[in-house]
Amino acid sequence: MASVREAGEATVRQDVRNRWLLSAPALSIIFLAALGPLFIMLLYSFMVKGDYGDVKFWQFSLDGWFKVILERDIFDDSVTFADAHLSVFWRSIKLSFATTILCLIFGFPTAYFIATRSERWRDVWLFLVTIPFWTNLLIRTFAVQELIRNEGIINSVLLRAGVIAAPIQMMFTDFAVMVGMVYVFLPLMVLPLYASMEKLDFRLVEAGYDLYAGRFQVLRRVIVPLVRPGIIAGSILVFIPALGAYVTPRLLGGGKSMMLGTLIELQFGQGRDWPLGSALSITLMAIVMVALLVYVRGVSASGSRHG
Amino acid sequence: MAAGRSAIEARGVTKLFQGAGQEAVKALDNVSVSIQENEFFTLLGPSGCGKTTLLRLIAGFDFPTEGEILLYGEDIAPLPPFQRPVNTVFQNYALFPHMTVAQNIGFGLEMLGKPKSETASRVDQMLRLVRMEELKSRKTSQISGGQQQRVALARALAPQPKVLLLDEPLSALDYKLRKDMQIELKRLQHQTGITFIFVTHDQEEALTMSDRLAVMSKGKILQVGSPHEIYDRPAERFVANFIGETNFLEGEIVAVTAGEAKVKLALGPTISTGVPEGGLPKGSVTVVVRPEHANLVKAAGRATLAGVLETVVYFGTDTHYHVRLANGSEFIVRQQNSHGGNESFKTGSKVGVTFDDGAARVLKD
Repeated sequence: MASVREAGEATVRQDVRNRWLLSAPALSIIFLAALGPLFIMLLYSFMVKGDYGDVKFWQFSLDGWFKVILERDIFDDSVTFADAHLSVFWRSIKLSFATTILCLIFGFPTAYFIATRSERWRDVWLFLVTIPFWTNLLIRTFAVQELIRNEGIINSVLLRAGVIAAPIQMMFTDFAVMVGMVYVFLPLMVLPLYASMEKLDFRLVEAGYDLYAGRFQVLRRVIVPLVRPGIIAGSILVFIPALGAYVTPRLLGGGKSMMLGTLIELQFGQGRDWPLGSALSITLMAIVMVALLVYVRGVSASGSRHG
Repeated sequence: MAAGRSAIEARGVTKLFQGAGQEAVKALDNVSVSIQENEFFTLLGPSGCGKTTLLRLIAGFDFPTEGEILLYGEDIAPLPPFQRPVNTVFQNYALFPHMTVAQNIGFGLEMLGKPKSETASRVDQMLRLVRMEELKSRKTSQISGGQQQRVALARALAPQPKVLLLDEPLSALDYKLRKDMQIELKRLQHQTGITFIFVTHDQEEALTMSDRLAVMSKGKILQVGSPHEIYDRPAERFVANFIGETNFLEGEIVAVTAGEAKVKLALGPTISTGVPEGGLPKGSVTVVVRPEHANLVKAAGRATLAGVLETVVYFGTDTHYHVRLANGSEFIVRQQNSHGGNESFKTGSKVGVTFDDGAARVLKD
């Protein structure tokens, strides 16, 4: 008996060892490539900024963190909120949120459409959804620019048709950033939504119709609760990268409609304030985490309310 | 069957499905049938015969290519399912996994906009009806298959539909549970007085539960009647073969009198047979005899058929005798076992077969 148990325990130990061995490559990448730099950022955020970028090592200072939302007047040393930074924070959250909602509004019917096709056509449609990934993000963003700039396709067509007298200013507005981000992030919403809907048992939809639920009621009471995991995954996949997006707001929003990504880049580049850049980056991460927490809590709470 | 009001009537219903290839598949071919109020009506047939398609057309999940479907005289074929006072018990129950038992049962009433208090009391009533009171706040994933079946029934019955459709609802249950649910279904139908349309491929289920049944094959209804009529007087070879065991004999009609025909069997003797409704085929015909309507006798007797006893299979309540006839075909005789044992027949011995009065019937095809 004892020997059997020992043999069993040995097998378990072996299993545990194998598991660690197998996950070692992934774990080391995570530690070296993700946590390492993060730790460096955290360190930098508490240092004194260097004169030409970089930091003055081992000279601790809270200046970086101070400047995230506050600023000191250069004449009378009075402390006020840094409106410029706060408006960037607010715009980032607002635009990311709007992008997520728009992606959901456009992505949901798209995913439903694909999930209700025959198996052969589903593959074709999914393939089409992933086509934008083939092209570099920069080039796709320039393509959007080509559409909406003052001399772009939309404006020149409208001008020539006589609908408008002067070009509509779309570039360098919140609208431009949002359009660009919805375009870029839409597949990230469609794919997880599709994955959930594909698993959806359409007999449940029929059961809903059978029990006197109209189309909207079936959507609200049957389909949405059942594809909730896809909605959560899609929203997270869109909201988080949107919050930290750099290329799209940089090219379409410019300096007028600046988002956090551009602000951070500015500190490491022209601003030569690495501690502030580091502090901003970590703040961005904190916003993401808080948003995630609130979102997941809220969603699961509304989930249990429905039963 | 008393000629009551017809609850559901299909008139010349045809349903084409566009298949993967070029040609459309005809799932239903000009089907007409009338189902009476308060009737337990069964659509019986092998898979692919169109029985589920007909049910889905009545429910409104599909729409007929041609023909109309009347609910108490009103054509409902163009209506969406949520506008039909008809509910369905799905094959795999299709219970909402994100709702509790009580929420599932109350869903239809809620969608009909009934007041909360009415819904709640009706849900309790339904829970009592299917004996599930103590599980009302469970999630549907936390209850057994038989219990899910009851919830599905309660959910479909709660809005008090005019007609209840049941799509092979017992096929996922094990034998014992299926037997219990058959009785339960009959009880529920009796208590609620709702017209039940039941789809199954299980002939025994169809015979034991139905008031009337329709036997379907290849998109057509072959015969409609009470279980007794269908079993004792099958009109076509398919019906005779699908329901119960049957012996087929070839022969030729030699004379026809009122409700009877004299058939000269290919094996020699001439016998009187019952005839199907709606005309006799001419010339050579097929005669069917149920195994339990035939008797085994010693070869010396005045037997209708003669042959060699090949196999004896003992079933407890009865014994099956497989007799090899002169033309090489097999004839099965089923005899009830009496107390003290039957007359014993030795395998390999010469035996004779006699028919009960009215046992032999001519088929239409």
